[in-house]
Amino acid sequence: MKITEVPQDSENSTYGGAHKLIYASDEQGNFTGVKSAGWIVEAEATQAELKLIDQQCNDAWQRASHGETSALEYFMYYRRMDVALLAQTTGLFQWRIRRHFKPPVYAKLSDKLLARYSEALGLEMHTLQQLPTQPLHTAEL
Amino acid sequence: MFKHQQSAHCESGVTASMLSHNGLKLSEPMAFGLAGALAFAYIPLVKLSGMPLIAYRMPPRSIIKGVQKRLGLKMNYQTFRKPEQGMDELDRQLDQGKIVGLQTSVFWLPYFPDSMRFHFNAHNLIVYGRDGDDYLISDPVFEQVVRCDAAALKKARFAKGALAAKGMMYYPTQLPQSFDLASASVKAIKANHRIMTGAPLPVIGLRGIRHMGKCIIKLSKDNKQREQYLPRYLGHIVRMQEEIGTGGAGFRFIYASFLKETSQALNNELLAEAAEMMATAGDEWRRFALISSKMCKGRKEMNGEELAALLNGCADLEAKAWTLLKTYR
Repeated sequence: MKITEVPQDSENSTYGGAHKLIYASDEQGNFTGVKSAGWIVEAEATQAELKLIDQQCNDAWQRASHGETSALEYFMYYRRMDVALLAQTTGLFQWRIRRHFKPPVYAKLSDKLLARYSEALGLEMHTLQQLPTQPLHTAEL
Repeated sequence: MFKHQQSAHCESGVTASMLSHNGLKLSEPMAFGLAGALAFAYIPLVKLSGMPLIAYRMPPRSIIKGVQKRLGLKMNYQTFRKPEQGMDELDRQLDQGKIVGLQTSVFWLPYFPDSMRFHFNAHNLIVYGRDGDDYLISDPVFEQVVRCDAAALKKARFAKGALAAKGMMYYPTQLPQSFDLASASVKAIKANHRIMTGAPLPVIGLRGIRHMGKCIIKLSKDNKQREQYLPRYLGHIVRMQEEIGTGGAGFRFIYASFLKETSQALNNELLAEAAEMMATAGDEWRRFALISSKMCKGRKEMNGEELAALLNGCADLEAKAWTLLKTYR
């Protein structure tokens, strides 16, 4: 990549206004670190993933509001996890986590289990106990 | 006085920064190259968000360990069973005036922009001080130094999941004043050549790049997969390549920079030529990402063969560089 080719797609950047460094060369082939304000290709791939997470949050929020799933599923997507990752971070089997998606089961969850979720999700136990009145995922993490 | 230096990649950035601070001047590309860290691996058995792991570099810790081995440094590495122990030990080293390298999760670091906070546990940063409840951090991928409160840093250091850090901290205990670049670079390039060209498994190295192309063709032939799974799969490849710490094309440029820097220091034309070839390979990877993106967004018709051809093009360009580098003595 030549220094002149380093992308500066700041308008649609996913760098939060900051710059990444990339190594590019001058006409003599000498490399140096050059700041990039963003690259649209990278930004679009990231945004596609963020959009998917948003959809998962919205979907889970709706279903939890209607009692079709427990608040746990919403909090999982809010923290950008899936069942596999939540299983790894809690040390619980995936089937157990899916069982906790059943509202009556989740309502009776022991403090010990709730504490595990609290630790893995980085949310207070009292927060986890019910679906929040407003979705959390519309604000920043 | 600690001097923050922005880098293209976290582990090579930390290595260069930490060793330079401790008296052994090293650039980021030099750290990356001497560690022999350039690689490719397509690992469907390990999943990130349900997608195969695609690595464009050697596994986490291989840069710091690679440089350690190549330059004969003595390093101290520690992991901890209890987070409190990890934080106490960090404080102890900072009180002695040391700067410390940490492995952390990205997701739990509050200074990361929202759009970059995903669950990835093999990020590296340097802690160079403490101010009350805040730790003073030199995170190589950022332009300036940042701060992180103790609770958040503890969470980031001890997050569970794939590649969990377990509070891993590291710093050099003994390092030489200088090193023989000629001999070190010959060994490093030879080792890296073997990784990219000599791997026995079809999913590693140049073979792995071509294998990924075949996977794309296979997915594009199944109507259902092509509609639903393939766009997400390609998006994942692009992210693995450009965004997450495994950053593919970027590594080709870092390695090219290493080759050029070494060629200048040793007055070696072969390395300068190989540098150009490697940079061209990096450009081709980015072209692959661009075309993939167009296909995912529907701006171009999805064509598995075309994408596989681009990947074969990347493999061909890298093969050319490695064929030349094989003759480097």
